[in-house]
Amino acid sequence: MCLGVPAKVIEIEGQRALVDVMGSRMYVGTFFVPEVKIDDYVLLHAGQAMTVVNEEYAKESIEEWRNVLDGKHGPFFRTDLNS
Amino acid sequence: MANMDLFSEPTLTRDSVEAVIDLAKRFKEEKGRIPVFMEVCGSHTMALAKTGIKTRLKDYVQLIAGPGCPVCVTDQKSIDAMIQLSEEPNTILCTFGDMMRVPGSKSTLMKAKTGGKDIRVVYSPLDSVKIAEKNPDKEVIFLGIGFETTIPILALAVREASSKELKNYSIWMTTKLVEPVLRALLSSGEVKLDGFLLPGHVSVVLGKQNYRYLAEEFNISGAITGFEPVQLLSGIYKLIHLQLEKKVEIINDYTYVVSDKGNVVAQSLIEEYLEADDEAWRGIGTIPKSGLVLKEEYSQHDAKKKFNISIGEPRVTKCRCGEIVRGLITPEECVLFNKGCTPAHPIGPCMVSTEGTCSAHYQFMRGE
Ligand code: SF4
Repeated sequence: MCLGVPAKVIEIEGQRALVDVMGSRMYVGTFFVPEVKIDDYVLLHAGQAMTVVNEEYAKESIEEWRNVLDGKHGPFFRTDLNS
Repeated sequence: MANMDLFSEPTLTRDSVEAVIDLAKRFKEEKGRIPVFMEVCGSHTMALAKTGIKTRLKDYVQLIAGPGCPVCVTDQKSIDAMIQLSEEPNTILCTFGDMMRVPGSKSTLMKAKTGGKDIRVVYSPLDSVKIAEKNPDKEVIFLGIGFETTIPILALAVREASSKELKNYSIWMTTKLVEPVLRALLSSGEVKLDGFLLPGHVSVVLGKQNYRYLAEEFNISGAITGFEPVQLLSGIYKLIHLQLEKKVEIINDYTYVVSDKGNVVAQSLIEEYLEADDEAWRGIGTIPKSGLVLKEEYSQHDAKKKFNISIGEPRVTKCRCGEIVRGLITPEECVLFNKGCTPAHPIGPCMVSTEGTCSAHYQFMRGE
């Protein structure tokens, strides 16, 4: 019942928005994300946008994880375990 | 969106698997056993099976499916009641698709529909409100199954029906809450865990703050993770790492959709319309205050108050879903798995649901 694919907001009309999910368009409710703006990505569940994706955090999260894998800095670096 | 695609990028996934295996080997060297984590959410169970992560890691990390598939934890009596509800005259029963083939003691909703009952699969509870609006001479009932991700949407449907003064709309609430069931599982001591992969979408509503009790009261770590391979692996890695560092923490590894506070709009809507009540869980029994029901002032939209459904004790089968949802056995340990019970002929809800452990196992991990 959970849909993890982010949908891009194309238009906002009151408490609903037209979104694009991998090429298909549909209307979803935006009651739970009053802060939503055009071009935001939202996560959907049962016809409602439940959260706005923070793209900056997504990027940071990937970078942090790459650093972990490279044994570089970050709270979870591998080399600290060998010291 | 480019950044999100990186979470399933093959090279990064491969490197992530290797990193997890390296760290898990280290865990085994230190502790003489492999780490054991429970993924709480049914969508995680499906994602871990589908991406091959569960199979790839099986000699290094044990991943146990938990009680997070809403259909699977619905107790048999409740399922029988919902099927019986479809027999009520002059009604339109609306449901999420997952419920259609769940076996009751005597029938399924699918069979009831084939037999001429008006049962409709809807994508959203709000669609069922529209159906009520278009059919004022019929009673429209929505089967309100779900955890904290779905619950605010049920409250929204009631709000909508209330504001439109739809007297013919009601919800049959059988909602479940994550905290009481995790407390029950941990208190029972039946499963020994080194940490939880915490449900990404439930956490969107609850926020990271909601899980403090795990660390503070049960001394167990948790990582809130997403559903892509790299996200799952990163969560597992961090849980092993905490163990090696002898730390207990709740980590939010899904920061770009989950905040500390969660979705406050959803939380206040829940508070306005719903209140905690005891709920019966398959295989676990009744857990106090583990579900949400409509407050008294909205009882005109409460199907349990509107319709007098009484059912006998459910038929006993050999299905072991009750133990599956508690993480006590794997599907292969059920004698019916892939014999009497397959997705085409399911005996229990764990084989029907798109988030069910038996279904995930049948599709992606059979004989592994
Ligand atoms: S394999 Fe079928 S019968 Fe056995 S526990 Fe799973 S759903 Fe129930």
